[in-house]
Amino acid sequence: MEFVMCAVIGFLFFAAVYLMLSRNVLRIILGTAILSHGAHLLILTMGGLGGEKPPVLQDGVKNAMMADPLPQALILTAIVISFGVTALLLVIGYRTYQTAKTDKIDDLKEDEFHE
Amino acid sequence: MQLFILFLPFLFALFLPLIKKWGKGHLGYYVIPIPIILTVYYSSFIGKETQYESISWISALQVKFDSQLDGLSLLFSLLISGIGIFVLFYSIFYLNKKERLHQFYMYLLMFMTGMLGVVQADSVISLYVFWEVTSFASFLLIGYYYEDRISKDGAFKSLMITIFGGLMMLGGFLILSNVTGTMSIREMTAQAAQIEQSSLFYVALVLILLGAFTKSAQVPFYIWLPDAMAAPTPVSAYLHSATMVKAGIYVVARFTPIFAATAVWGNVIAIVGVVTLCWGSFFAVKQKDLKGILAFSTVSQLGMIMSMLGVAALVSYTNDTSTFYQFAAFAALFHLVNHATFKGALFMMAGIIDHETGTRDIRKLGGLLSVMPVSFTVTMLGTLSMAGVPPFNGFLSKELFFMTMWQSKEALPLGTLVFAAIWLASIFTFMYSLYFVCGTFLGKRHTLPKRPHEAPIGLLVAPIVLLIIGLIIVFRPNVVADLLIKRAVVSIQPTLFESASDVGVHVSLWHGFSAEFLWTLGVIVLGILGVLTLKKWQPMYEKWPEKWTLNTLFNQVISIGDASFTKWSRHVMTGKSRQYFTFMLGMVSMLLLFVLWKKGAFAFSWEGASTIHIIDGLLVVTLVAGTIIVLKATTRMTAIIALGVVGYCVALFFVRFQAPDLALTQLVIETVSVALFLLVFRNLPKKIKEEQKQKGKWLRLLVSASVGLTVMLFAMAAYSQKLLPTISSYYKETVLKEAGGGNIVNVILVDYRGFDTLFEITVLAIAGLAILGLLRSKKRKGDARDESK
Repeated sequence: MEFVMCAVIGFLFFAAVYLMLSRNVLRIILGTAILSHGAHLLILTMGGLGGEKPPVLQDGVKNAMMADPLPQALILTAIVISFGVTALLLVIGYRTYQTAKTDKIDDLKEDEFHE
Repeated sequence: MQLFILFLPFLFALFLPLIKKWGKGHLGYYVIPIPIILTVYYSSFIGKETQYESISWISALQVKFDSQLDGLSLLFSLLISGIGIFVLFYSIFYLNKKERLHQFYMYLLMFMTGMLGVVQADSVISLYVFWEVTSFASFLLIGYYYEDRISKDGAFKSLMITIFGGLMMLGGFLILSNVTGTMSIREMTAQAAQIEQSSLFYVALVLILLGAFTKSAQVPFYIWLPDAMAAPTPVSAYLHSATMVKAGIYVVARFTPIFAATAVWGNVIAIVGVVTLCWGSFFAVKQKDLKGILAFSTVSQLGMIMSMLGVAALVSYTNDTSTFYQFAAFAALFHLVNHATFKGALFMMAGIIDHETGTRDIRKLGGLLSVMPVSFTVTMLGTLSMAGVPPFNGFLSKELFFMTMWQSKEALPLGTLVFAAIWLASIFTFMYSLYFVCGTFLGKRHTLPKRPHEAPIGLLVAPIVLLIIGLIIVFRPNVVADLLIKRAVVSIQPTLFESASDVGVHVSLWHGFSAEFLWTLGVIVLGILGVLTLKKWQPMYEKWPEKWTLNTLFNQVISIGDASFTKWSRHVMTGKSRQYFTFMLGMVSMLLLFVLWKKGAFAFSWEGASTIHIIDGLLVVTLVAGTIIVLKATTRMTAIIALGVVGYCVALFFVRFQAPDLALTQLVIETVSVALFLLVFRNLPKKIKEEQKQKGKWLRLLVSASVGLTVMLFAMAAYSQKLLPTISSYYKETVLKEAGGGNIVNVILVDYRGFDTLFEITVLAIAGLAILGLLRSKKRKGDARDESK
C-alpha cells in the first residue's frame, strides 16, 4: 500500500506544480490546495500505514497495532493552517480580479520591463 | 592599544557629523590631531621588537583583525601617518569651508584606517578587507566632485581595476591558506618550502601579483591613476602618490619571503617594473595637465621601486650576498621614502598653481616666476629631487638604483638592454621634470582665468616642510636608514639578514667620479638637450591613433560587458513569476535527486508494508481521476467540484489509515473550502482554460513531472530508511499518566504541543483579519485605480 501511496503523492505533487505554473489565478490556488493534500498524505505515508486501530487508548490500555499518533497530530495542525492559507489566497485572488480586471497572472506584473 | 590606534581614525570619523554641526571654523583643524597622534604613537615603536596584537573576528575560520608592527609595517605606518599630517594641514587651506568637508574628511579618515590596516595585517583576510577599504575610500574621494562627469568616470575606472585586482589577490590568499592551513602571513612564511611544492604555487603567485600590480598602477593596469587626478589635490598627494599606490609595493615586499623561492617572482616583478618605469616616463612628457605629468611620473617611479624589489627577490633567490645589488631592497624602500617627500610636495605645488591661476593646463601657463617666486623655488627644488639631480634626496636613491641595476645585469634576462632602457627612462624623467617647471614658471605669460599672485603662506607650509625633510635625508641619510629602512629590509629578506646591523649599506652623497655619477651626468646633459628641442618632437606623441590605446580597450571591454549583461539579465529577469518558479522548482528537484542519489537513499525496502484492500484501490482511482479532472477542467465549476472530490478522497484515506480525527477535520474543512471557492469566484470568468504556446507547455510539464518524481522517490526513501527510532512510543506510554487522556492525537495537540496549537489559532486569526481587511478595502482601492487610468 505504501508504494501505491508514494506514487499517488508523486502524482498529486505533479498536478499541484503543473497548476501552480499556470497563468490563471484560480488554477494557481487550486494547485496550492492540491499541494497541501499531497503534503498531508506524504507525512502520513512516511510514518507507515500499517496501523489497524486508531491511536486511542481503550480503557487505558494501548493496543500494539495502533496507528502512529505523531504524524496525525502534525497533519491535524497542517490541515487547519492550509485552510487558512487557501482562504487568504482565495480572497487575494478575488480582490486582484476586482481591482485589475484580469485573472491572468502575467498581466499583473509591473510594466518596467516593457520599455 | 595597537588595534585601538589602528581604528582611531575610523572611530573619529563617526563623530565628524556632530563636529560639523556644533564645531566652529574649518573642519580640518579638528581632524589634524589624529595623524599627529598616530605619528607620535608609531614613532615610539622605532627600535623596538616586533609588536603584535589581535582580536578574533570569525574564530572558527581563524579569521581575525590583527596589527603587527615589524620593520616593514612600521616604515609604512609612519609614512602614512606622517604624510597624513602634511596633507591635512594643506587641505585646511586648499579646501573651501563651504564644501562638503565632513564627507571629505570622513573618507580620508576611513582611508587612513584602511591603509594602516593593510600594512599592519598579519591575517590575510584582514589584509584583504582593509585593502578593499582603501580601494573604496579612493573611489569615494576621486568621485568627490560627483557632479562632474570626469570625476565620476575616473572613480568608476579606479574601482573596476583595483577591485578586480583585489579579488584576484583574495584568490591567491585563499590558495596559500589552503596549502598551509593558516591565515597568518608569518606562519605561511615559515612554510614557504611547502608552498613551493604545491601545484597551485604559480596560480597563487600570478593572482597576488595581479592584486599588487593593479593597485600600484603597473603597466598595463596603470590607466586608472591618471584619471584619478580628478580627485581634490590633497587626495592626489596623499592616496595617489604617497600611500595607497604603494600598497602593491608593500604586498610584493611582504610576500617576497614566500615566493622568492623561485626566480619567476623576482623576474616578473623586475620586468614589469622596468616596463612601467619606461612607459610612465615616456608618456609623462606628452601630458598637458600638471597633475597628469605628476600622475605619469608616479606610475614611472612606482615601476622603478617595483623593479628594485624584483631584483631584491632575485637576491633572496640566489642567496648571493657578494655583490652590491644585495641592497636592492634597501634602495627600493629608500626611494619609496624619498618619493613620498618630493612627490607629495610637487602635487601640493600643482594644487597651488591651480588655486592661484585657475588652470592646470601647461599650455596656458608660463612666466609665473616673477609673480610666484616662492612657489617657483619650492617647485624647482622638488623637481630636481624627482629628476635625480645632486645634491637632492632623489639623487641618493636614484644613484643606488643605477648601481643596483648595473650590477644585476647578469642576474636579469637581457640585463644590458634593461639597463639601457632604464637609463633612457631616466632621461625622460629628467625631461618631464624640467618640462613641469619651465612650462609653468618660465617663458611668456598668457592670459589666465585668475590674476595670479603668490600663494598664501598656509598653503606653502606643507610642501616646504616636506622639502626640508628631504634635505635632512640628504645630510643625514644613514640616520633614516638605520632607524627605519634597514629593519624593514630585514622583514623582506629574512634569509639574508638576521638583524638591521647586518644590512651593511652606507649611503653617502659623494662617491667621487664613479660610473653611477657619470650615468647621472649623461642623463642631465641629454635631458637638457631634450627639453630645449621639446617643441620639435613633442607633436610626435599625437601620431599614435586613439583607438590603439589601453584606455580605449578598457572602455570597449566595459561597454561590451555592460551591453551583454544588460541583455542577459533582461532575458533572465523577465518579471514573470511563473518563469522564476519553473527554474527554481526544476533546480530544487534536480538538486534533491542528486543528493538523494549521492547519499544512497534509493535502497528501498518494503518490509512491514501493509496490504492493499479493494477499497484502497477504488479510492486511489477516484483521487487520481479527480485530480485529472481538475487539471483538464475548462470551467471553474468543474474544477472546484473536482477539487472537492479530491479533498473527500483524502478524508476517506484518513479513515482507512486509522486517523478518525484527521478524517473529521478534513471533511469539515473541505466542505467549507468548496463553499468558499464557489462564493468568492462567482464573479470570476467562467472559463479558466488557457491558451499556451507549445514550447512553454513542455517545459512546464517536464518540471512538474520531475517535482512529482522527486517527491515520490523521496517518500519511498523516507519510508524505507528509518535512521532514528520513532518517538511515538513516548506519547503512547505517558499520555494517560501525564495528561489524563485517551485520544493520543488530541492530547498531543492540546497538551504536549499546546503552545503550538495556540499559535496555530493565532495564525488563523491573522489570516481572518487579513481577509476582512482585503474585503473592506474594496471600494477605496478600486476607486483609486479607476482615477489613475
